[in-house]
Amino acid sequence: MKKTHLIPLFIFILLALLLYRGLSLNSRNIPSPFIGKPAPAFDLPRLYQKDQRISAKSMKGQVWIMNVFASWCQSCRAEHLVLSNFIRHYKVPTVGLNYKDYGVKDYGNDVINWLAQLGNPYIAIAIDTEGRTGIDYGVYGVPESFVIDKKGIIRYKFTGPIDQKAVTETLVPLILKLRQEPA
Amino acid sequence: MKHSMHLLLLSFFITLSLSFSLSLYAGSIETYTFKTAEQEALYKGLIKELRCLVCQNQDIGDSNAKLAQDLRRQTYEMISKGSSREDVITYMVERYGDFVLYRPPFKMKTLLLWVGPPLFLFLSLLFLFKFLRNRPKTAEIELDKKQRESIRALLK
Repeated sequence: MKKTHLIPLFIFILLALLLYRGLSLNSRNIPSPFIGKPAPAFDLPRLYQKDQRISAKSMKGQVWIMNVFASWCQSCRAEHLVLSNFIRHYKVPTVGLNYKDYGVKDYGNDVINWLAQLGNPYIAIAIDTEGRTGIDYGVYGVPESFVIDKKGIIRYKFTGPIDQKAVTETLVPLILKLRQEPA
Repeated sequence: MKHSMHLLLLSFFITLSLSFSLSLYAGSIETYTFKTAEQEALYKGLIKELRCLVCQNQDIGDSNAKLAQDLRRQTYEMISKGSSREDVITYMVERYGDFVLYRPPFKMKTLLLWVGPPLFLFLSLLFLFKFLRNRPKTAEIELDKKQRESIRALLK
C-alpha cells in the first residue's frame, strides 16, 4: 500500500480532533479584548449616596475588582456568597457595577432589597441604569468580574458566576501576585 | 345566519392574530430617524454585520435581547453624530473583540478560518483527480477462440 493513501486518513483524524476540541469549548467564553489595557473610565452616581460619585480613577493605586451585577440576574445570586466571602477574607476593594437595574422601569429599587437580603460586600456601588458603562466594559452577560491592578490596568476578566474553584485556583493567587507589583 | 356567524368569528381571529404579530414586531425594532438616507443605509448595514453576543447566532438587527437594543442605540447615536462605518466597527471591536463581527478580519489568529475551507476543498479535489487518474483501467477480458465461439452460439 502506498503511503499517500494514508494522507486522507491523517487529515480526517486531524479534523476530528479539531472538531472534538470545539465541542468542549464554551462559546460564551469570548476572549476579552481588555486584558492588559487600561480600565475604561467611568464616573457614576453611587447607590446609597446619590450625591456622591465613584470613578475608575479614584480606585487607582490599589488592586481592585469591578463586579458587574444586577438584581434580575439569577447567576449573580448564585455567585454572591462565594464572592462576598472572598472579598471579605482577602480584603479586596470591590466596586459593584449595578447594570441596568436600579432606576429601570421594571426593577425600580429591587437591588436595595436584594442587597439587604444577601449582604453588601462592595465598597461602592455604581449605578449604570442605561448600561453605557457596561458597553464600555464590553459586558454581554452578567455577572462579570474584572481584576484591575494598581496602575489601573485590567489584568483578568471572569465571565459568569464566580465559584469556589475560580477563587482558589485563579483569583487568590492573582490578587496576591498583583499586590506585590509596584504602584 | 350560521354562515355569517362563522365568517364573523373567522375575521375576528384573523384581526386578533394580525394585531398581535404587528405589536410584537413593533416591540422589537425601535424607529430611529436619520438626517440623511446614507446614514440610514449605514445603520441598516451595520446592524446586520454586528453579532449579538448574548444570542450568538443573531445579528444585533435581528435580536430582541437587551444588549442588542443597547448596541443598536449606540450605533444609531454614533452614526447620527457623523461617525463612519470604521468608527463604529473600531468602537465595537475595542469592547467586544473580533467576535462581534460576523466578518472577522484577516490576521494570524483567523488564518485557519479564512484559508482552511478553500485549502480543504483544493486538497480534496487534488486527491480526487489523482485517484481518478491513477485508477487502473478496467481490464478488458480476453477471450480465447473457443470461448468466443460458444458465446456466438449462445447469441444465435
